[in-house]
Amino acid sequence: MTSIRARLFLILLLTTGVVWLSAIAWIYLDTRAQVERVLDARLSEAARMVSSLLTRQDADGRKGLDAGKAARIAEIAAMHAPYERQLSCQIWAMDGGLVGRSEGAPAQPLTDRGAGFSVTQVNGETWRVYAVENRALGMRVLVGDNMRVRDRLIADVIRGLALPALLILPVLAGLIWLSLKRGLAPLSAMARSLAARPASDLSPLPDNDSPSEIRPMIRALNGLFARVAAARAHERDFTAFAAHELRTPIAGLKTQAQIVLGHGDATVRDNALRQIITGVDRTSRLVRQLTDLTNTESGAFGRDGGELDAGRTLQALADDIRQHHPKAAAITLDPGLSGLTLPVNATLFMLAARNLLENAVLHAPPERPVVCWLRRDPHGASLVIDDDGPGIPEDELPKARDRFFRGRNRTITGSGLGLAIADLALRRMKGGLHLENRAGGGLRAELRFPAEPQPRQRDAP
Amino acid sequence: MRVLVVEDDEVLMDGLQVGLGLAGFTVETVATCADASAALRAAPFDAVVLDLMLPDGSGLDVLAEARARQLPTPVLLLTARDSVPDRIAGLDAGADDYLGKPFDLDEVAARLRALIRRAAGRATASVQWRDVMLDPAAMTVSRAGEAVRLSRREFAILHALIDRPGQVLSKSQLEERLYGWQEEIGSNAIEVHIHNLRAKLGTGVIETVRGVGYRLMEAAP
Repeated sequence: MTSIRARLFLILLLTTGVVWLSAIAWIYLDTRAQVERVLDARLSEAARMVSSLLTRQDADGRKGLDAGKAARIAEIAAMHAPYERQLSCQIWAMDGGLVGRSEGAPAQPLTDRGAGFSVTQVNGETWRVYAVENRALGMRVLVGDNMRVRDRLIADVIRGLALPALLILPVLAGLIWLSLKRGLAPLSAMARSLAARPASDLSPLPDNDSPSEIRPMIRALNGLFARVAAARAHERDFTAFAAHELRTPIAGLKTQAQIVLGHGDATVRDNALRQIITGVDRTSRLVRQLTDLTNTESGAFGRDGGELDAGRTLQALADDIRQHHPKAAAITLDPGLSGLTLPVNATLFMLAARNLLENAVLHAPPERPVVCWLRRDPHGASLVIDDDGPGIPEDELPKARDRFFRGRNRTITGSGLGLAIADLALRRMKGGLHLENRAGGGLRAELRFPAEPQPRQRDAP
Repeated sequence: MRVLVVEDDEVLMDGLQVGLGLAGFTVETVATCADASAALRAAPFDAVVLDLMLPDGSGLDVLAEARARQLPTPVLLLTARDSVPDRIAGLDAGADDYLGKPFDLDEVAARLRALIRRAAGRATASVQWRDVMLDPAAMTVSRAGEAVRLSRREFAILHALIDRPGQVLSKSQLEERLYGWQEEIGSNAIEVHIHNLRAKLGTGVIETVRGVGYRLMEAAP
């Protein structure tokens, strides 16, 4: 059951019902015992009363009781008005003859027992009988209560008690329902305020006057709101920054296009068109890198796991970069890399390696190839990329991997995102990026991996 | 009209250099704050086009430093950050105008002309000296109502002289206004342009001050 209110309601109703039923059962048993005691007392009293009215003539005459006595006995028998003919009275001689009986009393003796209480069956009816022996007159007085009537009496009493309680039951259910609703009101209020919230509203929910049961949830929700707000602010900053970064190349494109439109000179136009192509290349690379950065950050490329053939992957990357930048420096892969398996996420590895290799070839002089080799050390392994370019000025090294940071030794197509992407991708792989200027000039980029790469046996040359 | 463009994006820098050059400006370009400050110290400019986000700092620092040196050159900020607070910060730092990227090349040229005009204390777009009318925007010149067709260089020389009537401009000053740093200048280029100008405009406009340079005629002949 998913609704707390329905569950609580059912539990409360069942427990209340059980308590209520037990109370009724107790009252029933107790009332029944009390009523029996009272009725038994009346029975014995009536029997003694009748016995005291008997005289010697009654015993001797054997003709029946005189009219006055019979009326008196009938009166005793009919003491309780709504339960008419409740009591039946018989007067028997000790030797077996019926001296007299009240109206409606059966002709057979009500009991065989000499004296005291007994329960008997007479003509299919159950009787509670009290017998008194009058030894002086040699007579027996039997006074009986019809049990059917007695049960009706008890049932009436119980009904009188139970009926109001039964009527109260729905009222009780309603009250429980209302109380639950009232008790759970803070929850509903919270649900309402959350439902009415626009997506942009990430302000914390007030938790100072909330019940202690809800407060942990409100705190957890507020924590979530804070994290979402931070992530969103980060995204917004990033988008704003990206928009700024895109505006400059777009301005360049527009300016060059206006030159093409407004000038007839072929040399000027050709130059402007070439500039437009450069600008489009730079802008599309920037857009690709923005996408890469966003995907890496959101974890769309996964984190770790998998394995890849480092030599083959790097060769494919080198060929692709060569195709994109045919006039830039070449990439030389160390023979030790071929047949080497790295236990890393292929997409992230390629992202990091591509950006670093691209950076290296674009900064290096075209005639000095970029060298890529593997260094093993006790902590793991590093893929090292060495170029003979200008390197990064020492004061810019700490900022070099900031987003959109473009240092003094920049290239035309640089976006300031390559190192940021490589750094992020490597950190996602639980590795790291290390940058340093080489002693002889140029930059050394190290892609550090935590796990030791395994030489591949199968198709190693 | 000599303009310094401070912009680090190569494509845009090239576009401004060529585009403003076609609009009659002589354009020098630098890409960093340090180079911009050095250029502003080294030579006079009629106006500066300044980007804000530069590799070695903010263009606002260059601006603040130049204004601290009492440099009156009009400055047009050209930047991707064009929110209202950014504009206010730029103008309050001493900029004379603000344009957000991407912009229209013709608008940049028009704003630069307006800035230069204002800096020279003129309100009208065209300049008049006696019966010579010079329109910097249309790059046209007329004398006594007759249109005179001038080359870009000739126009620039006349513009420089007409902006400062009575002032003598040396050959090297004119060369500086006409050519960028990297351009090759023939040793007698200015003399040739002056000769052509005199031929097209007729006599009584440009006077040679021997050993010093050139100026507009002091008095009507």
